[in-house]
Amino acid sequence: MIRRVLLNALALAILLVSVFPVYWMVVTAVKPTLEITSETPAFWPSRPTLEHFATAVAADGFWGFWRNSLLVTAGAVLLSLAVALLAAFAVARLRWRGRRAFVLMVFIAQMAPWEALLTVMFIIARDTNMLDRAAMLTLVYFMITLPIAIVTLRGFLASIPPELEEAALTDGASRPAAFRRVVLPLLAPGLMSTSLLGFITAWNEFAFANTLIIKNQDDRTLPVWLSSFSNVFGTDWGATMAASTLFMLPVLLVFLVLQRRVVTGALAGAVKG
Amino acid sequence: MPTTPLTDPGTGPGSGPGPGSGSGSGTGTGTGVRPGSGAGRPPLRARSAPPAPVPARAARLVGLWPYLLIAPTVAGAGYLLLYPLLRNVVISFQHFRAGELIRGGAAFVGLENYRRVLGDPEFWEVTRRTLVWTGVNVVSIMVLGTLTALVLAALGRRMRLALMSGMVLVWAVPVLAATTVFQWLFQSRLGVVNWLLTALGLESFRGHTWFADGTSTFVILVLLVVWQSVPFVALTLYAGITTIPGELYESARIDGAGSWRLFGLVTFPILRPLFGLITSLEVIWVFKCFAQIWAVSKGGPDGATTTLPVYAFQVARSLNKYDLGAAISTLTVLMLVTLLLFHLRRLHRHEGEPP
Repeated sequence: MIRRVLLNALALAILLVSVFPVYWMVVTAVKPTLEITSETPAFWPSRPTLEHFATAVAADGFWGFWRNSLLVTAGAVLLSLAVALLAAFAVARLRWRGRRAFVLMVFIAQMAPWEALLTVMFIIARDTNMLDRAAMLTLVYFMITLPIAIVTLRGFLASIPPELEEAALTDGASRPAAFRRVVLPLLAPGLMSTSLLGFITAWNEFAFANTLIIKNQDDRTLPVWLSSFSNVFGTDWGATMAASTLFMLPVLLVFLVLQRRVVTGALAGAVKG
Repeated sequence: MPTTPLTDPGTGPGSGPGPGSGSGSGTGTGTGVRPGSGAGRPPLRARSAPPAPVPARAARLVGLWPYLLIAPTVAGAGYLLLYPLLRNVVISFQHFRAGELIRGGAAFVGLENYRRVLGDPEFWEVTRRTLVWTGVNVVSIMVLGTLTALVLAALGRRMRLALMSGMVLVWAVPVLAATTVFQWLFQSRLGVVNWLLTALGLESFRGHTWFADGTSTFVILVLLVVWQSVPFVALTLYAGITTIPGELYESARIDGAGSWRLFGLVTFPILRPLFGLITSLEVIWVFKCFAQIWAVSKGGPDGATTTLPVYAFQVARSLNKYDLGAAISTLTVLMLVTLLLFHLRRLHRHEGEPP
């Protein structure tokens, strides 16, 4: 009994400490300025307000940064999805010389030391006239997300029995048609998870965005903009926290979707099994 | 920092092609269809049973399919990963400053850059700091992650759901949102941390400027990285714990083992490969961590939070010494490769087959 209580107290302590920074971000974002600047912090907003969100949204170029982030992220995810689908099919469905070596390289590429390539990427972008271009950032994010996309899609593809495709082939469908009509629908959850994983990586990326987009401030992405919050909002912590909250929202949504996917996937498996 | 999962759910053994596949590199035999690709699956044979004489050249073309399918991947990795890695090594052997960046025509200088980097006490200072940074972070992450995973496993259903949701929530916080929040938490005059410490009687923390001091900035960055990394470790280890059959615990308990002994006798030995895997992943992630440090302190104050990736970037971009920066980056990559080799050996043992 005492053990139970202690355990639950420990769990509660872990929960409080870990969730507090997120809570504090959101609470600060909805607090009236007076409560933010008071010497004794208010742990609960007396009169919640959206004024800080209004300030954040009204900041110079706010929508532009969202557009940049969305474009670069979506471009990278779509590109890596398409390329990864081809490679994953080759790995999961076909047998060829060099397959094992290829898979090994993909695993290694997953651990690529991107942080050590910041400067050389800057030099390459400069040499090829790709500096300050969203396209360059898209390409880099595509490559960062590609290995995990291949690995994930390969896993999902391998879980779809090849017999289904073969049945369609016997019925006279061509290989692409069989793939499109039989495999692709079954692969939808896999494509979903893969693109969401890629989305999180690209949406959060800071180092390359900070290195490759330097001339035109309006071309920056959200993380880089957020990193310079003190230039944008000065000491307006309410607006800074509101902007951070807005930046986190899409990622949180993605996590919730992924979570449900995982659960429904597990349930479907249980029902089928 | 870890936004990608450890490995995918289905990486295990289920990777090969369909059942009953023949020899991988079968030459165009009688049917002449897809040598070395579909590897003669039954339906394919059935389809090609009517005498559809595919010309040998088309057959060879079909055999090329897998290579065509991976061609975009190979091209992308070649230009965006392999080439930068090699170019980095090349620049580390050149004299490459602002002038060469603009005009090109960098001259080779042999090992000069490495001699200068390795002869600079600052490099060794940064390397030592990087190792301390990695050690402190990884040990804290693993201890707290394991503790949380064990708590999760022992909890009742409702409390477990609450704690897991909390972990997922923290995991979902983007790096750059986390850095702004931590800067706010540790703000000198209005930060809630200073208020709490003062309220607890530590008067010296009233108005303490955390980010003006090297050590305290370092501590905050450690807290930040640990806070961001624990959920992944906790949730992955918890998933591992749930796969351990309950009977093992039962029998150990009957033998009179307490909670701590249970961990040492059952949980840890069974999950040892998973522990190894996660630890090496965290080592690599923390070692090459850049975004958090750059966004919070840019390696300062006074270089107190400069780790190798930050150092390489500073030397190259702030001082325009691209050659020295490239040498530092190459050395960093070499250290990472050493760590990676350990990791791959673990992975190898973990999966039971080369991936």
